Amino acid sequence: MHGRPRKAPTEEEQEASVVKGAKLRSIQAKFFQFHHTNTYTKEALEVNAKLLEMNPEFITGWNYRKLAVQYHLEAAQSDEDSIKSILDEELKVVESALMTNFKSYGAWHHRKWVLNMGHSSTDRELFLLKKFQKLDARNFHAWNYRRFVTALKNIPDEEELQYTTDMIYENFSNYSAWHNRSVLLSRLLKEEVEGYYPKEKVLTEEFEFVRNALFTDPDDQSGWFYHLWLLDQTVKLEHLLVSSWPPNGSNVNVSDYCALSPSLSSISRTLPLILCFSEAVGGINSSTVSVVCESNMDSNLIWTPISVDKSGLARTWLTYLTFSSEPMHPSRNYLVKVSIANSEGIISSAGFCCSNPSHMAFTVCLPSSNTEFDEGPDIERIDWSEENFSSNQLHSENLGLINSFNELTISGDNKKTYETNAKIIADEIDYCRELLSEMDCKIGKLTLARLLLAYDALSSASRGVQDQNMFQYKEILELYHDLMKLDPPHFQYYKDQYSLVFLKQELANEESLLKYCYQYRDSTSLSNNSLCLCLRGLSLSQIGCIERLLWVQMLDLSNNGIRSIEGLESLQLLCCLNLSNNKICSFSALEPLRLLKSLKVLDISHNEIGAHPIDTRRYLCASPLSHTSDWKREEFVVSGPEMTIYWDAFSIFSGLNLRQLSVTGNPIADKKFKLFLCKLLPAMKWLDDEKLR
Amino acid sequence: MGELAVEKHVKFILTIEKEKDSFESVVMEHIRLNGAYWALTTLDILGKLNTVDQDEVISWMMQCQHESGGFGGNIGHDPHLLYTLSAIQVLALFDKIDALDIDKVSNYIAGLQNNDGSFSGDMWGEIDTRFSCVAILSLALLKRLDKINVEKAVNYIVSCKNLDGGFGCTPGAESHAGQIFCCVAALAVTGSLHHVDKDLLGWWLCERQVKSGGLNGRPEKLPDVCYSWWVLSSLIMIDRVHWIDKEKLIKFILDCQDKENGGISDRPEDAVDVFHTYFGVAGLSLLEYPGLKAIDPAYALPVDVVNRIFFGR
Repeated sequence: MHGRPRKAPTEEEQEASVVKGAKLRSIQAKFFQFHHTNTYTKEALEVNAKLLEMNPEFITGWNYRKLAVQYHLEAAQSDEDSIKSILDEELKVVESALMTNFKSYGAWHHRKWVLNMGHSSTDRELFLLKKFQKLDARNFHAWNYRRFVTALKNIPDEEELQYTTDMIYENFSNYSAWHNRSVLLSRLLKEEVEGYYPKEKVLTEEFEFVRNALFTDPDDQSGWFYHLWLLDQTVKLEHLLVSSWPPNGSNVNVSDYCALSPSLSSISRTLPLILCFSEAVGGINSSTVSVVCESNMDSNLIWTPISVDKSGLARTWLTYLTFSSEPMHPSRNYLVKVSIANSEGIISSAGFCCSNPSHMAFTVCLPSSNTEFDEGPDIERIDWSEENFSSNQLHSENLGLINSFNELTISGDNKKTYETNAKIIADEIDYCRELLSEMDCKIGKLTLARLLLAYDALSSASRGVQDQNMFQYKEILELYHDLMKLDPPHFQYYKDQYSLVFLKQELANEESLLKYCYQYRDSTSLSNNSLCLCLRGLSLSQIGCIERLLWVQMLDLSNNGIRSIEGLESLQLLCCLNLSNNKICSFSALEPLRLLKSLKVLDISHNEIGAHPIDTRRYLCASPLSHTSDWKREEFVVSGPEMTIYWDAFSIFSGLNLRQLSVTGNPIADKKFKLFLCKLLPAMKWLDDEKLR
Repeated sequence: MGELAVEKHVKFILTIEKEKDSFESVVMEHIRLNGAYWALTTLDILGKLNTVDQDEVISWMMQCQHESGGFGGNIGHDPHLLYTLSAIQVLALFDKIDALDIDKVSNYIAGLQNNDGSFSGDMWGEIDTRFSCVAILSLALLKRLDKINVEKAVNYIVSCKNLDGGFGCTPGAESHAGQIFCCVAALAVTGSLHHVDKDLLGWWLCERQVKSGGLNGRPEKLPDVCYSWWVLSSLIMIDRVHWIDKEKLIKFILDCQDKENGGISDRPEDAVDVFHTYFGVAGLSLLEYPGLKAIDPAYALPVDVVNRIFFGR
C-alpha cells in the first residue's frame, strides 16, 4: 500500500498477478477448511505457515496458530522438551514472517504471546532486535518489543540508557532512540537512582550530550525535540498564587460589585474573591484556603473551579464573601486576610503538592446601612465607537484595583534551585546564539526564543517580583518575526507566540497597562466603574496573560485576529465584551463565556460564524458528541428542528443573561437565527441595533 | 492548483469492487470490511453514496459477523474490534444501525476491556491504544458507552502520553500520528481533552508539515497522504489546525491523484489504493475543499451522519 510506483501493469504483469492471487486464494481456502474444523495436523500447520509467509498480515492465521499451540501443549502435558520444540517452531514462523514484513502487528504479537508462556529462551531476542534495528532504526514495533524483552529480562534502565547512547552516536537522527532515552531518564530521575541525582547535574550533562547532535546537524529535528524536553525539565516552577481579585493591598467598595454576585440579595453585601494560580490546581476549599475578616463574615466558603472542562482543576478559583447585615461604622475599612498556608491538599494536574505558603490581604468598605441594591435607571445601550472612550485621568482608587498581581514569596531552598536552573538556561542561551551565528536555523531560532522566555520565567520567579519588563523582550519578538519569514507554512504558530509575548510585555507594569485603559463616556451604565481595557486593533491572534486581567469589567478586543478565547473564563468580573471583527469561527469557540455569569453586553458581530463547515472547537465545548452536555436533551429536542443547526448557540446563550447582543456580519445571522435568539434570550433588550420589546 | 477529479475517483472506487483477482486485492481480503468503510465514506463525502446497492453491502457485511457479536474482516474471518467499528460506521452511513443486535455487539466490545482500562483487539490479548479508540467510538455510536469503565479507559490512554505531548500504542511507546489520532479521538469523545497539552502536541503535529506541503507521521519521515487525516483531524480536534499551511497541504493531496485512472496514492506518482483515496478525500473535507461534505474529525463519518445520531432528527 505504500511506496509502490504508479505504472500501468503490462499484460504479463497482470497475468502473473492473477496467478499469484489465485495461488494465495487457494492456500487461504485450504487454511479456512482446517481452521473451521479445528484441525491442527502437521499438514494443516504447514499450510498456515505458508499462508503467513505470503501474507503476514493475515490475522486469522495467527489466531489459528495460537489455537494449534494450545491444542498441542495440552497433548504434550508437562514434557518440557516437547513444549520447547512446539514453541520454538512458532518463533521460527514469526521470524520468517517478519522477514517478509517487519512491521506486521500479528507477527510481533505472536512472538510476545509465545515468550509470555515462559518456556522459551530470551537469549536470541536481543540479537534479533539488533538485526531489525539495523534494517530500520525507526521501526517502532522493534522498539516496543525491545521494551517488552528488557522488562522480561529485568535489564536495568541504566543499561538501556547506554544502548540509546550507542544508537544516537551511530546516527543522531534517531528520534526513536531519543524518545526512549527521555522515557528511561525520566524514570531514573524520578526514582533518584544512584548516579542520577541531583537532577540539575543530570540535566547539565544531557544538555551537553544533545549539543553534539545539534551542532553536527542543526536541521535534523530529533535533537531539538529532546532539547525542548530538557528545557521543560529545567523550568519546572512550583505552582503558585500569581494574582487575585481584589488585589493584594487594595481597597474595595463592596457596593460597587454586588451586581456581580449571582444571587442578588437585596442587602448589598457580597463580594467575589478570585484566586489565580500559575497552573491548573485542584483542592481549593475552606480548609486549604483561609479567609478571615475582622467584621462578621461567613467563613464557610464554597470555592468553584473556573474551568470549561470537568476535570475539577482550574487556574482560577472563585468564591463569594458575604458580610453580615449588622449596621457598620460608615467610614471604616475592614481587613480581609487570605492565606494559603496549609496547602498539601492543593495539587496540580501533574500530581505535585503546593508547598509554598501565600498570604495576601485587602480592605473592604461596607455600606453604612442596609441599603437596598438599586439596579439603576433603565440602562442604555453600550456603543463601542471610539469617540465614547476617553483616556482622561483615572481615579486614584482605580489604580490600586488594576494591579492584580501578587508578590510571590519563594522559600529559600526553591530560590537556590531557580538560580541554578537559570544559570543552566543562561549557558544554553549562549550556546544557541553561537550556533545561530554560524547558520540560519529555523528550529534553532525558535529554541532561542523559548530559552529567553524560560530565563525570564525563572529569573523573575527567583527575584520574587512579577511587575516588571520582560527579559530580552525585543529580541524575542524579533526572533518570532524572523521565523514568520523563514518558515512560512508555520506562520500562524509564530504569530500566536508573538501575540502572547507582546501582550505579556504590554501588560507587564502599571505604567504600560494604563496606556490601554479608557473611561467609557458615562457612568450610569455600570455602577461607578466604567473603566474599559481597550486592546482593539493590535493584530493579536491569541490572547493570554489573563492573570493580569482579573479586574477587567469592560473589555474591547475588536479588530484583531482572534479565533479562540481560551482563558477568558477567568475574567469573572466581565460585564461587557467586544469581540467584533475577529476570526471567531463558531459558537463553540465562545464556550468560555458560559462561565461569565456577569456578562451583560456582548458584541460578536463581523466574525466568521456560519462560514465554516468544519468546527474546530466541536470537542472543546460541552455537547452530546463528547458526552459532556449539561443541557437536557428533551428541552433541546422539543424546542424545534432549528436546534440541530443551532445547538452550539443554544449551549452558549441559554445560560447567559445578556442584555445586549450583536451578531450581524456573521453568515449564520439571518432572520431565522435572530428569531431563535429572541426566543432563547427573553430578557435581551437590544439585538444588533434594534431595541426589542 | 489542480482540481479534485471527483468523477474519476468515484469510478475508481466502484471498479475496485469488481476487480478482486489481482494479488494486491487478494492480499487485502482479510481487511475487506475496513475497505468497505473507506470506499463508502469516500463516496458519501463526494455525494455519491447512492451509487452503491445498500442492501447488497449490508447483507454481505452481516455475514462477516461472528457468533460472539464481533465482526471479522471478511466472511469466515475471526472477529476483531477493528472490523466491528467499520461495520458500525458503514451501518451509520446508511442509517441502519438498528440492523444490529446492539446489546450483543456492545457486550462483545465491552468484554474486551482489561483491568487497567486498556482494550485487547480480540480474545488473543494484543493491547494497543488503537483498540481503545475503536472500542470507545463504537460504543459511543451505539449509545452504549456506559458498558465500559470510561474513567479507567481514559486513564490508560493518558498513561500512553509521551513527553513530547504525543501518544504511543502502549505506555512508553514513541509518538506516532496514527496513535495520536486514536488517543485524541477517544479523549475527545469522552470529554477528556483537558488531558492533552494542546500547545505542545499542536506544535509537534504542525511540525509534521514538510517543505512539499505534505504531512509525515513522525519526525524525519516521508510525507504520506494518510497523515492528511491522522495529523489533520488531531489538529482540528485540539483547535490548532491554523498552525499549518492548509493551501499547501491541499496542493499536496491533489498532486497525489491519478487524474487519468482515478484514485489517490501515498505520494505523488505512486500507485493508488482505496485506503489513500479515502484519507485524501477526508483530508480535503477537513480542509474545507469546496463541494465536499464535511467530515467529523473524531468519528470519521460525515457530520450530518454524526449529528443525526447525537442530535436526533
